[in-house]
Amino acid sequence: MIKLSVNNQPYTVDVEPAMPLLWVLRDILHLTGTKYGCGMAQCGACTVHLNGEAVRSCVTPVRRAENQTVITIEGLSKDFSHPLQRAWIEEDVPQCGYCQSGQIMAAAVLLRENPHPTDQDIDDAMSGNICRCGTYQRIRKAIHLAAKLSAK
Amino acid sequence: MSTTSYNRRDFLKTGGMLSSGLLISFFVPAGAKRFIPGGETPEPLFAPNAYLNIGPDNTVKITLAHVEMGQGIWTTLPMLIAEELDCDWSKIKVEHAPPGAPYIHTLYGVQITGGSSTTWSEFDRYRNAGATARTLLVEAAAKKFNVSPSECHTENGFVIAGNQRASYGELADAAAKLPPPASVKLKDKKDWKYIGKVKKRLDTTAKISGEAMFGIDVHFPGMLIAVPAHAPVFGATVRSFDASAAKAIKGVQEVVQVPTGVAVIADNFWAAKQGRDALKIDWELGPGENIDSTTQFEEYRQLAATKGATAAQAGNADDALSRANKKIAAEYIFPYLAHAPMEPLNCTVKISDDLCEIWTGTQMPGLDQSIAAKILGFKPEQVKVNTLFLGGGFGRRANATSDFVAEAVNVAKASGKFIKLIWTREDDIRGGYYRAAFLHQVHTGLGADGLPIAWQHRIVGQSIQEGGPFAASIKNGIDPTSVEGVSDSPYLESIPDHNVELHSPKLPVTVLWWRSVGNTHTAFVMETMIDELAFAAGKDPVAYRRSLLKGKRHLAALDLVAKKSGWDKPLPQGRFRGVAVHESFGTVVAQVAEISIREGHLRVHKVTCAIDCGLAVNPDGVKAQMESCIIFGLTAVLYGEITLEKGRVKQRNFHDYKMLRMNETPLIEVHIVDSNEKMGGAGEPGVPPVAPAIANAIFSATGKRVRRLPLQSSDLVKV
Repeated sequence: MIKLSVNNQPYTVDVEPAMPLLWVLRDILHLTGTKYGCGMAQCGACTVHLNGEAVRSCVTPVRRAENQTVITIEGLSKDFSHPLQRAWIEEDVPQCGYCQSGQIMAAAVLLRENPHPTDQDIDDAMSGNICRCGTYQRIRKAIHLAAKLSAK
Repeated sequence: MSTTSYNRRDFLKTGGMLSSGLLISFFVPAGAKRFIPGGETPEPLFAPNAYLNIGPDNTVKITLAHVEMGQGIWTTLPMLIAEELDCDWSKIKVEHAPPGAPYIHTLYGVQITGGSSTTWSEFDRYRNAGATARTLLVEAAAKKFNVSPSECHTENGFVIAGNQRASYGELADAAAKLPPPASVKLKDKKDWKYIGKVKKRLDTTAKISGEAMFGIDVHFPGMLIAVPAHAPVFGATVRSFDASAAKAIKGVQEVVQVPTGVAVIADNFWAAKQGRDALKIDWELGPGENIDSTTQFEEYRQLAATKGATAAQAGNADDALSRANKKIAAEYIFPYLAHAPMEPLNCTVKISDDLCEIWTGTQMPGLDQSIAAKILGFKPEQVKVNTLFLGGGFGRRANATSDFVAEAVNVAKASGKFIKLIWTREDDIRGGYYRAAFLHQVHTGLGADGLPIAWQHRIVGQSIQEGGPFAASIKNGIDPTSVEGVSDSPYLESIPDHNVELHSPKLPVTVLWWRSVGNTHTAFVMETMIDELAFAAGKDPVAYRRSLLKGKRHLAALDLVAKKSGWDKPLPQGRFRGVAVHESFGTVVAQVAEISIREGHLRVHKVTCAIDCGLAVNPDGVKAQMESCIIFGLTAVLYGEITLEKGRVKQRNFHDYKMLRMNETPLIEVHIVDSNEKMGGAGEPGVPPVAPAIANAIFSATGKRVRRLPLQSSDLVKV
């Protein structure tokens, strides 16, 4: 039995300790906003926050999250009010949308650490997240916009 | 036809939710004119209007005959209805259609999302659906108000006459009882409030909150996860297998053999994948083992030395070539490419005695339905297909064999279990249905004026249409998707002596359309060779193209991109430019790429893009598609390559089948030609010009022509 805190909710799950956090979230807790894209930390679609840090949940054994704090896209805000979500809406970022949970979770850590990122900072923080639809230019704009919205 | 069901509503948390309300059931007028490119005579259309209904709470539910895979149709089709219906935009809910006659493509005859055709093919059908509903609502209001319909007008979801007003929701019940109008009048272009205006996507909030449901996200109590083991080479079959190690893994429930391999069924994905990896399978490899990318192109080269099927022919190219002042010959090589949509392929299937229910992301739900029915011995109506958001399609989810859907149905049938089949990324990269590998050989000759007088072109590559639902398009040995972009090239119209021939070798490697299909390779050959001829003639690449191209759309796009990219202005030291223009899917796109090369490393700084797609219904949607196409095309230029060694695909995941990333993304500027030309597509036509524009810029920097994609390091070294 492993105790988890996901989006400030306590859970106890009966799974193999080696099972990646991604599949605990998706198949056991049915929090499907976190996506499977590659299974080997190459695409970032599975990005969640573990104690506030962006991690690739597809290669994070659930035992690493035991008694720790996990935040997923579902826990980012209740009403699309996070500055990144507002900026994503404003810039009409998503296309197919599949990678966007991971993009937003990665960007959230960037903005917390660096409230006014440059293009180079955005490249450095976001190049681990693949978007096959190629929405990168809008993601970049939206991160800049979110930085402004946060500053207000 | 009701388009909701208990199950669908039960889990589809986004978009499609609506209390059943009152379904307005009526008809599209028989004479409803459809937009038909090329002016073919339209079939009389008399289908039930299954495109919208209005609930008592004023909700307007719009049912899409096409699927949302990123291209923005979740927003564009509602814009067409809203334009005529005059409804409250904030009250619109959207859902995908089930398979059904009303949703068959207005031109292609099957229910399909593809060919960059959704907006133009639905332009009249969806506007008519909206206009018909509005006419009935006005008529119902007129009766209620005791006035004539001409005294009523509509505004944002209300019918108004003098001091009286009623919402569409209040009128829905009465409107449903009225006979359909014989005809409706569509709005004048000058009165459009939605069409041609920027509208924000209706699916954004779902996609930034984790609420959007993709096929891979469905969950039901009792549902298990299946992960398949596929053959190591194309066409191989299972001789025998040992599942004992797989079954020893905690959570594994069952292992079944299906025509495409062996599937492990477990409580969750992780257990199923571990089980899959623990299977011991003895494969009958067959001839697929003999395929090798190196020898494949050698064989293609030998084929190219022989006469192929004629795709286009005029005059006598041999004679003309012998008269040429200057001759240029070149060979081009293009690898297999995987689509690699971000959402790995998946399909959920539940089979009971007389019903099969399917949940998936698919571009051809009707075909999936009939293939599932055939596997199960059911009638098509016994198979219910629920289409969810597609986490990317790019053609991969429109497959004549319904491969992943058929596999899921076979797994459910063999096991008797309710399963969600999930392919791993490795299964996707190695799973075939690639953009076919191609080899081109071109011989051209210039006349005294520097313009081409002869063009001989041989193309070698597998047919994607053979054996598929559009096989009838193959005429005289020519699959049009293998030669599109060459045989119909506007350049050839300016060259009196030309011929284009095709060889379509058969191989066990499965192939499929890949975003922009044949144009992915033909545009590269045409646009880099024309650039080469311009250089040989000592002409500016834009001016040279202008002297050969007659079509005003080509010229408009070319002129706009030249102007916006500052083509005539000098570049900073170390920067170089290349241009390309290409028509596909009824749309002309011109692009200028600005690059630099430092220490053998290519940097694409900027891509300026001009598009003439006729009317742009949602201009920002068109821009988004161009941005997307450019990243997609650039990915193929830099990285895209599937190679086979002893029949085995060498690449397996994003570390060796790479995708463009944020740090490599150029600045992209998109300009839409103000055009009254016939509507074309937007989802694909931005892809073809990217690669040749970059290759032409590389030539400008290095003096070397790129003959093979993806780029080789030797391409980036100066002559």
